[in-house]
Formats: sequence, structure tokens, C-alpha cells
Amino acid sequence: MTSLSGPKTFFEKVWEQHAIVGLGDDTDLLQIDRLFLHDLSGSAAIRKLEASGRRPDSNAQVFAVIDHLVSSRPGRGPDETGSRGGGELIRDMRRLSRDYGITFFDSNDALQGIVHVVSPELGIALPGVTLVCGDSHTCTVGGVGALAWGIGASECEHVLATQTLPQVRPKTMRVNLEGELQTGVYAKDIILFLIGVIGANGGIGYAVEFAGPVIRSMPVEGRMTICNMAVEFQAKYGFVPPDDVTLAYLRGRPYAPEGEAWERAVAHWRSLSTDPDAAFDREVTINCSQIEPQVTWGTSPQQVVGIGGRIPLPEEIGDAGARDMSQRALDYIQLQAGRPIAGVPIDFAYIGSCTNARLSDLRAAADVLRGRKVADGIQAVCVPGSESVRAAAEAEGLHTVFLEAGFEWHQAACAMCSSGAADRVGGKRVISTTNRNFEGRQGPGTRTHLASPATVAASAIAGAIADVRQLVG
Amino acid sequence: MESFTRITAIAAPLMRINIDTDQIVPGKELVRVRSEGYAASLFASWRYIGEREPNPEFILNIAPWNRAQILLADRNFGCGSSREAAPMALRAWGFRAVIAPSFGGIFYNNCFRNGLLPVELAIEDVEAIASLVMASNGSRQVSVDLDAGRVSAADRTWSFDVPATLREMLLKGLDQIDLTLSRMEQIARFRERDRQVRPWAYEVARVRA
Ligand code: SF4
Repeated sequence: MTSLSGPKTFFEKVWEQHAIVGLGDDTDLLQIDRLFLHDLSGSAAIRKLEASGRRPDSNAQVFAVIDHLVSSRPGRGPDETGSRGGGELIRDMRRLSRDYGITFFDSNDALQGIVHVVSPELGIALPGVTLVCGDSHTCTVGGVGALAWGIGASECEHVLATQTLPQVRPKTMRVNLEGELQTGVYAKDIILFLIGVIGANGGIGYAVEFAGPVIRSMPVEGRMTICNMAVEFQAKYGFVPPDDVTLAYLRGRPYAPEGEAWERAVAHWRSLSTDPDAAFDREVTINCSQIEPQVTWGTSPQQVVGIGGRIPLPEEIGDAGARDMSQRALDYIQLQAGRPIAGVPIDFAYIGSCTNARLSDLRAAADVLRGRKVADGIQAVCVPGSESVRAAAEAEGLHTVFLEAGFEWHQAACAMCSSGAADRVGGKRVISTTNRNFEGRQGPGTRTHLASPATVAASAIAGAIADVRQLVG
Repeated sequence: MESFTRITAIAAPLMRINIDTDQIVPGKELVRVRSEGYAASLFASWRYIGEREPNPEFILNIAPWNRAQILLADRNFGCGSSREAAPMALRAWGFRAVIAPSFGGIFYNNCFRNGLLPVELAIEDVEAIASLVMASNGSRQVSVDLDAGRVSAADRTWSFDVPATLREMLLKGLDQIDLTLSRMEQIARFRERDRQVRPWAYEVARVRA
């Protein structure tokens, strides 16, 4: 526990502001400012609420969107699903959102998109609010300074019924990102590198503040890419406390406060910064100048290597558990230990997901694709993170760049990130801007290599995992 | 809510690190579980070969481990997606407890609301239990006692901790929502004060008519 006075971290200030009552043993009942539901887990939660006969406690603070199950096919119908079905879940979400008076973004809404892309771009996620969703990547919106985390469907039902949630208070960690990014290196490369250093379980039990000069000079969209993958090293919470960059991003967004309310909110948000002498339970410092474009080679995000590197030999892995995992990962991914990661032939290139499908991601990929063509025999798909992102990209002609290069250009959805098009990627080797390379995550037998949008674009052109620095800069 | 006090049962070792929720219940099963029940989806990509033929090499398909009620695993069990299908499928298959050095945070919370107890023990201790049960080919049973916070097997015992509120909830099978609803007056007083300081957190712009 921290003392009541004295310097505090951003996390401590926000947590304490939301603690309604201590329940003992480091557990607090927290006020929840925003609940977001999606068609896969949200429909389960809201059906449980319906079955219990209870009603939402604060429906004005609850939002719902269709993203996981809906097809990304251009011109899709409102209930059209990807290969795993689930149309009845979409219909339940629609019906119960209407019955309970929840703000709902349906599949054909111009504001629809992946939940974690939509909530900050509409100003629903705000600095210093608690925001939860039945989805582990909810930490994405820590990029605007929200305290946001993923919960299960029963916890979602708890929030629906009470707009509160009992949670065990985590420890605090600060990750200091220092140095300067090299050409061809992006937020995605930083977070993959970090996970490689501290391991896929390095953040268990921590709330992680990302800080340092690289974060301060990074636009909000990149911060969201970094926070998105906090959960990939098992930190439930990842965030960047709000600064001028955050405020400039949020001002004027549809659900953000306006006028005098905005000024009041800004004054409050500024008071949330981590105090200069505040202490963290753990500090990690990364020199970002040494990072080259990163690509994963296995089935855990910690199995990652720089594009100039090679897949480690089992005997080079010190930890017994990690060594054993690497052997199974290599069997699954069908690659030899010791070989360079560059040059591994791919079948499929995917740009999408809540990690890397915002406008800046599509621009970075388009910069690589412009005037070039996807290699023969490679399928390539781009799924913008939201319909607003798609509209903005089309307004500046990015769709033409993707289409002319040989990419498919889809409507917003989770799509191929998580079995949404398992029929297309089953058994294939995919280079992907998503966040999980787990066995079977994208489809049965699908071998996933995680990378930045620029690296995915460069690899699509080469037909094999490629170093984007040879095409740009 | 299903309660848990203590059990004595077969413990099956699945000693791998980072067993993620996509392995516990694969994404492609998530729609299917609604019609077919959760038990059939547990570890589906390891448990089956071809068209849902049992994989004869997977431990939970082999007697006596197919009757296990305790699962032993290495660190970071249940990392990955927040899908509550993961603890639900473990419970539906017959598991009451998982013993591992650490758990994914969202999964850990989800267990308690589904009658499943996650037990954290040091890796040496989990390995010691795994060796005991393997050496006896499963006949050596393991006891997990939440009330006492103790795991025992043969003549050895190990202590574990569980946060008090979660422990209480599972021991008594309490409904957390009812508990919170009984505090609504206190919650209302908190909100009245908080609303003065952070009105924007409560008054969401109604962009849609
Ligand atoms: S894009 Fe992928 S990771 Fe993100 S919310 Fe959708 S399924 Fe989850």
C-alpha cells in the first residue's frame, strides 16, 4: 500500500480516485466510468444480465459495438459473419442494446470498428477514466491515459448491474523508453523488443506506465500500439499519462467534453501526472536506438528477433521452460533453429487489428507499397481498424495504393486477427500486424509472424520476411 | 455460484509454460460451445486429431488422467484472451483446481466466478507434485484445501495464498453482484462527491438522439 500523502504515480492517483471502499487484502471496489461490450464476449454478459432479471445500473456509461464476428467483406450485410458464424450473437447484442438504452454502434454504422480503435477515436476513452471491456486488449486505450483493462464476461455482468468492480490492486512498473528510433522502426517494434527482453509473463501483477523521451515524442496512435501489447507480457494495465499530445488528440472528438467542461477536465487531467519523486515497484529501461525491425519466430510474442537476426538454437535459451516451449514452437511453426528470420517465405500478409490498423499504420504501409506489387502467389489483405479510419484513408487515396499493389481492401472488423477468416488462413504462413502468434490463433495450423505494418508490407512485396529498411529511408 | 472448500483427487501434469486461453479453448470453438457445451472444447487443438478423434498421446485422453480434477502446469497459465470459456471449459470437463507458479491476471479472476480454484505455488513445488503423481502413475492423489490454504500429497504439504475477497466468495459460493448491490447506498454517496470533481465521467455527451 502507498501512503496517503507524498509523491504518487499516475496509477495511484487514478486508482485511489475510483476506490469506493476497501474490501481488505489490497482489494478495492472501484467505480467504473465506461463499460464497452462487443458482440463476442459482450453478448454473453448481457444475456446473463437478462437471464438474472437485473437491468444496467448506469446505461449512459455503457457502449456496445459489433466487431469480432461480423464479416470484413466489402459491402457486407449487417448480420453477415466470418467463417466461425455467430449471427445470433450479433442479433442479441443489437436487441439488448436497444432494450437497455445502451449506445450502440451497429455493423453498418459509419462509426463502427474494432472496440479499442473506436473508443479513443470517438473520445469515449478519456484520460483518468476507468474503462473496462470483456477483452484482454482493452489496455490499448491506456494510450490516451485511461486506466483500461480487460475483464471476463461475469465481471462484465457485474459492471452492467452495478457500474463497479472489485479488483485486487496491482503493483506498479515503469518502462522508460530512451534513445532514438532508427528509420524503419515503429512502436510495434519497440513493444515486441520489450516483450523479448522481459518475457511473456514479465508483467504479471503489474500496472505499467510507459514513459521516457521516445514516448513523449510519440503520437497517440503509436502509444496505443504499445499499450495494446501490455497484456502480451501479462500486464493487465498499460498506459501513458496524458500530456499535450493526448489533449491535442482528444479535443473535439464526438464524445469528449466540450467548452467549459473540457477546460475543467483538462485541469483535472494535468494533475494526474506521475509526481517527480514517485516510486515504482519495478523500473525497466530500454535503449530504443539499438532496436531494429522485429519479427516473431515462434508461438509466443517473447519468441522474437531483429530482422537481421536468426532463430535461437535451443541450447542458447537459458531458461528450461522457455527452451522446452521453443522446441514445441519450432515444430508448430515449421522452421529450423539457427536460420535467419529474413527470407522465410510467406503465403499471406495481413494488415489489421486493434494493434496496428489506425490511420498512421495504414500510411506507413502505403509508403512502402506505393508503386510496388505484392509478390506472385501471395495473398494480402488490409482491414482498417474502424469505418472512420477507412473513410479517412480513402479520403487521402490510400485504398488505391493498397489495391494497386495487390492488397484486398476490406471493411472494419477483427477479421483475421482471431479465427474470423480461418477458412482462408488455415495452415498458411502469415506475416501479420496483429498481437498474438499463439498456435491456431488465426486459424487451424496457421503459422503467424508478428511485425509492424511497414515490415508486413515489405514482406508482401518480397514474398518472404523482409527488411523494410531496404525499401525506405 | 459454485463453492469450493477442499478436494482430494487425481492431478494431471501438463507442465508447459504460457499455456494460453487460445489453447485452453481455441477461438474457432467460441461460437460452437454454446450449442455443444464447454467440456468438448477444452484443449481442442491438442486433444483431437482429424475430425475430433481423441489424440491417444494427449494426457487427458489417457487413464487415469482422464479422471483428473486437478491440473498441474508451469508458469503463466491462462495468459492471453479474456475469454471466460477457458475456466468454464476446465470446470465443465471436471477440473476443480489448477496449480501453477503464476496465472494470467484476467483468467485468475475468471476462475473464481466459475467454481475453479487457481493455486499459486513455486515451480519447484509444482514440479515436486508432478513427480509424485507421475511416479505413482496417478494413483497418488493430491488434496487442495482452500479453507486451510494448503496443498498436500504423500506426506508433504505446501501453503498458498488467495486474496481474501476472492477466497470468501469461493468458499461460500457467494454472488458478487448481490454483495455489491447491498452496498448501493455507500456507492451513491461516493458518486455524489465524485460527480462534483469529474462531471464528464458521468455525463456522457449524447451524440445519438
Ligand atoms: S482485433 Fe484481434 S486482438 Fe483486437 S479486439 Fe479484435 S480479436 Fe481482439
